[in-house]
Amino acid sequence: MTPSVKPVEPVESTDPMVTVRGVHKVFGRGHDAVHVLRGIDLDVERGSVTVVLGPSGSGKSTLLRCVNELEEITAGAIHVDGELMGYREDAKGVLHRLHPKAIATQRSRIGMVFQRFHLFPHKTALENVMEAPVQVRGLSKAAARTRALELLDRVGLSDRVEHYPAQLSGGQQQRVAIARALAMDPELMLFDEPTSALDPELVGEVLAVMQDLARSGMTMIVVTHEIGFAREVADHVVFMDDGAIVEEGRPGDVLDNPSEPRLRDFLAHVL
Amino acid sequence: MSTLPEPIHARPVRRPGRWISAAIVLVLAAMAVNALVTNPNFRWDTVWLYLRDVVVVRGVGWTLVLTFGSMALAIVLAVMLAVMRRSDNPVMRGVSWFWIWFFRGTPIYTQLVFWGLLSVLYPRLSLGVPFGPEFFTFSTQDVITAFWAALLGLALNESAYLAEIVRAGLSSVDPGQTEAAKALGMKDGKILRRIVLPQAMRVIVPPTGNETISMLKTTSLVLAVPFTLELTYATNAIGNRIFQPIPLLIVAALWYLLITSVLMIGQHYLERYYGRGFDGGATGRRGGGRGPFGRGRKPSKQALIGASGTTKDDPFLEVTP
Repeated sequence: MTPSVKPVEPVESTDPMVTVRGVHKVFGRGHDAVHVLRGIDLDVERGSVTVVLGPSGSGKSTLLRCVNELEEITAGAIHVDGELMGYREDAKGVLHRLHPKAIATQRSRIGMVFQRFHLFPHKTALENVMEAPVQVRGLSKAAARTRALELLDRVGLSDRVEHYPAQLSGGQQQRVAIARALAMDPELMLFDEPTSALDPELVGEVLAVMQDLARSGMTMIVVTHEIGFAREVADHVVFMDDGAIVEEGRPGDVLDNPSEPRLRDFLAHVL
Repeated sequence: MSTLPEPIHARPVRRPGRWISAAIVLVLAAMAVNALVTNPNFRWDTVWLYLRDVVVVRGVGWTLVLTFGSMALAIVLAVMLAVMRRSDNPVMRGVSWFWIWFFRGTPIYTQLVFWGLLSVLYPRLSLGVPFGPEFFTFSTQDVITAFWAALLGLALNESAYLAEIVRAGLSSVDPGQTEAAKALGMKDGKILRRIVLPQAMRVIVPPTGNETISMLKTTSLVLAVPFTLELTYATNAIGNRIFQPIPLLIVAALWYLLITSVLMIGQHYLERYYGRGFDGGATGRRGGGRGPFGRGRKPSKQALIGASGTTKDDPFLEVTP
């Protein structure tokens, strides 16, 4: 594994960055089983921003968590950058579950930002961003520090590097969380309702960082209720309801001319 | 800073109860001191003499060795047991459960007696293939001396209690922390060592300090092994020899009290260290305000607002679905 600092550039390959095929997810078993994802098919092109909309309980977050193996899918397949997630297929087509260490390596190439930030509270902003490059990539502390300072500057927090998360506002914490994910030079970034836990006046600063990231060519999947962000930044909008993709397309088409009554209903409530 | 208007000047609420209670406590304290000092039966001269006796001080040394040695071993075992208890592997979970069940469920005194009797029950210990040939054989008496029997007995018993404390600590850490670390590609061992355990220490340290102080006194039970060099045994022996048991009990009590006080100071600093980043910035920025009792840098604004207790500082109270 090379500890190089890879700039985010469109890759030569024209295959989608993410392909999701026939994915089902069932939580629990027997009578308590809950069928959360019911046959999801989705392509995410390289360098594109896909926004996933939908009412709560529609399976948006679960889909996102399946992409980086935080949840194990029940059926179907997910490929990221052409690599099957969570399994190895041998020559006879038999699937072998990957060892947790191999799954950790797959995850290290995907950045994730959580609704509730999940910064490490016992570490400063700088230490949060340095943690994974040093511990996972084996980068030297000095190199990780330089890179972390760059990233914190990029998200506008160069004056907060020595602060602990508890000393930062929600918006600042979420920007540190974005910097922390970017420190691993991910080829794909997942955002799970990144602004839902923020006070309204702090939403803008986080969305601005995400918009900047999208412009730099990062491939992103964003679960959000921010319709304005979807309209401005998304290349592709997906509307989910009850574990299935109900409608998808360009933001202009999906948001302004929804054909599906459930989507019309949802937009009327959110806007 | 903008100019402040004239602050409120008002007479404070009268609290006569405070003055009355202070007077009562003072009188009671004076009576207690008087009763202790003037009573010749306590033989304070003897207490003072034996407080510095070489056998007593050596007893203090052995008590400290037993306390810290057994706690160190118990902490290592307890972390292993707690991790096993939370493991996906049912065999590991079962072994941990059995260990805790057994060592918590039988009396420490009995356990110490058995460790002492080990060389009678099994005169020889050997290394080799189970049920097969033996490579090395030792006499149990040479390997498990009274000291090691005492140390192992205390440590194994304590590990069962500490394992539950560690488990509670690990469970107290937000599962989101593990998820965030996983999402960064960290492996399980690293997540435990670098993310979960340091945060769990906040919950683990106070009861472990309690256990350490308790262990200090539990070491007096090693006479069951029998191990006869520690503080309680040493002072009792002297007390019986010179027919003055009470002054020697006081000698032991004073030493235990002194060591406990030192342990409490140590615990204070440990709690400070593992509380960093959690107390709403009361420790200030990194490196700032780390002095012993809160002197140092000005606390952050958020810390002051939090300390006032007039607001609820929970950013997750309102979360859109």
